Amino acid sequence: MDFANAYSWINIHFLLRGLWVTIYVSLISIALSFIIGLVLGTVRYTKIPILSKVVGFVVDIIRNLPLLLIIFFTYFGLPGIGLRVNAVVASIIALVVFESCMIAEIVRSGIGAVPSGQMEGARSNGMTYMQAMFYVVMPQALLKMIPTLLSQFVSLVKDTSLATIIILPELLYRAQIVYSQDTRYMIPMYLIIAVMYFIVCFCLSMVASYLQKRFDTKTD
Amino acid sequence: MWSLLVNNWQTFLIGFWNTIWCSILALVFSLIIGSGFAILETMPNKFWRGVARVYIEIFRNIPLLVIAMIFYLVIPQFWVKMNGFTAGTIGLTLYTSAFISETVRSGIQSVGDGQMEGARSNGMTYWQAMRYVILPQAFKIVIPPLGNQFVNLIKNSSVLAFVAGFDLMYQGDVIASTTFQTIPTYIIVGIFYLILTLPLSYYMQYLERK
Amino acid sequence: MRKLWKKLVVVAVLLTAAVSLSACESYGQEEKAKNDVYDQVKSSKTIIWGVRNDTRLFGLMDIKKDRLVGFDIDLAKAITKQMLGKDAKAELFQTSSKTKIPVLKNGNVDALMATVTITPDRKKEVSFSKPYFNAGQSLLVPAKSKVKSIKDLNKKGMVVVAVKGTTAVANIRKFAPKARVLEYDDYGQAFTALKAGQGQAMSTDNGILAGIAAENKGYHVVGGTFTHEPYGVAVDKGQTKMVHAINKALDELEKNGTYNRLMHKWFDGIPGFSIKEAER
Repeated sequence: MDFANAYSWINIHFLLRGLWVTIYVSLISIALSFIIGLVLGTVRYTKIPILSKVVGFVVDIIRNLPLLLIIFFTYFGLPGIGLRVNAVVASIIALVVFESCMIAEIVRSGIGAVPSGQMEGARSNGMTYMQAMFYVVMPQALLKMIPTLLSQFVSLVKDTSLATIIILPELLYRAQIVYSQDTRYMIPMYLIIAVMYFIVCFCLSMVASYLQKRFDTKTD
Repeated sequence: MWSLLVNNWQTFLIGFWNTIWCSILALVFSLIIGSGFAILETMPNKFWRGVARVYIEIFRNIPLLVIAMIFYLVIPQFWVKMNGFTAGTIGLTLYTSAFISETVRSGIQSVGDGQMEGARSNGMTYWQAMRYVILPQAFKIVIPPLGNQFVNLIKNSSVLAFVAGFDLMYQGDVIASTTFQTIPTYIIVGIFYLILTLPLSYYMQYLERK
Repeated sequence: MRKLWKKLVVVAVLLTAAVSLSACESYGQEEKAKNDVYDQVKSSKTIIWGVRNDTRLFGLMDIKKDRLVGFDIDLAKAITKQMLGKDAKAELFQTSSKTKIPVLKNGNVDALMATVTITPDRKKEVSFSKPYFNAGQSLLVPAKSKVKSIKDLNKKGMVVVAVKGTTAVANIRKFAPKARVLEYDDYGQAFTALKAGQGQAMSTDNGILAGIAAENKGYHVVGGTFTHEPYGVAVDKGQTKMVHAINKALDELEKNGTYNRLMHKWFDGIPGFSIKEAER
């Protein structure tokens, strides 16, 4: 097989730039969807009349749809309402919309897992609901959520590969470009991108299991 | 949108059926494979634990789409030929089995060593204890997270569209590219997915709260 | 359990309401007059072109330079400058065979120059310029082959390789009914089969075959085209001003020699490929 030719510096360099696209799209999406997910999850938990119901409805619909559909809706749908989007922006929007709903659900059940006595205690000490939420309940909830959140982020990194369908120039897409120009490179290309994805995701997973272990020993 | 559904209902239904069939196949096989590796991971033998760890880490940290593409494009080049549906379903099964394995393992561990020791001291072998004491309790604990895995599995089955697997998403692509009504077609596809996933995930929420 | 059912029913009702509402809205949008693409590109001095990135000689990603190269790309740039002046910009938007029509219909791109064959079916959804490349089905054979045209293939024992699901397969059955057709998943596989001697010829669009011949020594295109399936620039349905402007620019580029120069730049020296036949 043509491993030596397939792994020429030109091809590797081309792939590495794809890896960079994968990483920065992931990082932006992780940051935004974490913040939005936190807000949505809290709103849903708090049971504000109407608002919580609306948020709950939207979150439930979106997180039960395949991400691929959300990507199509952003890429093909947004220009219909006058917003021209390129593949990078469309991918980020789609990932953020989908992942914030997934995270909202994690946050909601995370807050739910904090004993209600904590909230009551904080309130009886004169804190407002918001203060109690942010200073007492949320930190505990977040600590519990860390492993689940991180594995959701690993999923997000893997899910960026779905955006090849709208020609986001990320890793998988660039591999396909390389082997479409010379089909003998197909096997080497899949091999190397599998390794690249593995390294990135495995590092994140390691962080997750490290934090989980630290957290477990703390509570014991 | 109604006329789009009426004119293409057969195409949609074929896709809907293939998505259901693929999800059931992948669920059954990934439960078997996943539980198998979960048991390996909790075994006292270090070697088998290592094997299970490697399997799980590989399939958990590579995108499903890449796994499916490898089964569709790479494996047939030096092994068996397979069509898109088979390749996609195998990829989905292996990918999901890694997650199921993690879930079942945490279930087994939460049952606790005491149960195992108790069963062993009552004269059961390791496998008997696993089969009759540990696993039944473990599965009861992990049913809600397993249900969520199943919801994810149904959503993930949409990667079959990339490998010409004739699932719901693929059929949607076909209809969208022949009728040029992209957004309405995908809205219908979305509703079909929700019919499968929404009741399931509400039921899991209900179980969790119970 | 009853609460669960209630929740499901509520969600189903809400969902139906939301979908029917959005359906009404999108219907209303279609009624509304669309923006005039020509006015828009004229004021912004930019045309966004949907192009291919996987088709050799037409639109291909050059891995070394990380940019798109090909006849479609050059022609798109030339038309932009001819239409809007020297300082105008051609923005390239990569599409695949799956996304090209949707991104045009939804307004992500202003025009498509992406080896789009002008067909009656597509004409219902998009408007086409005059043809810019006379594509048609042709044959690729090894240099030593005795096959000179489609007629030579109409014999027992002749095998033609083609790609699944393309009109090429039906056309071979029509023009050379005695030959056997082997169908493969993509061009790469079909060509590998030809190289391995699985067939005497490979058949598809002359432009695609030229791309393969340009990369692989010892193979050439023969017999000219035996079907007529020209490529055209596609714009959204009803953008007549844009179509006229593109046609005018194409005519001017032909007159001042740019079109001919670009044809020669990309298709010169490809064994057996006739530029004359492909020119519009």
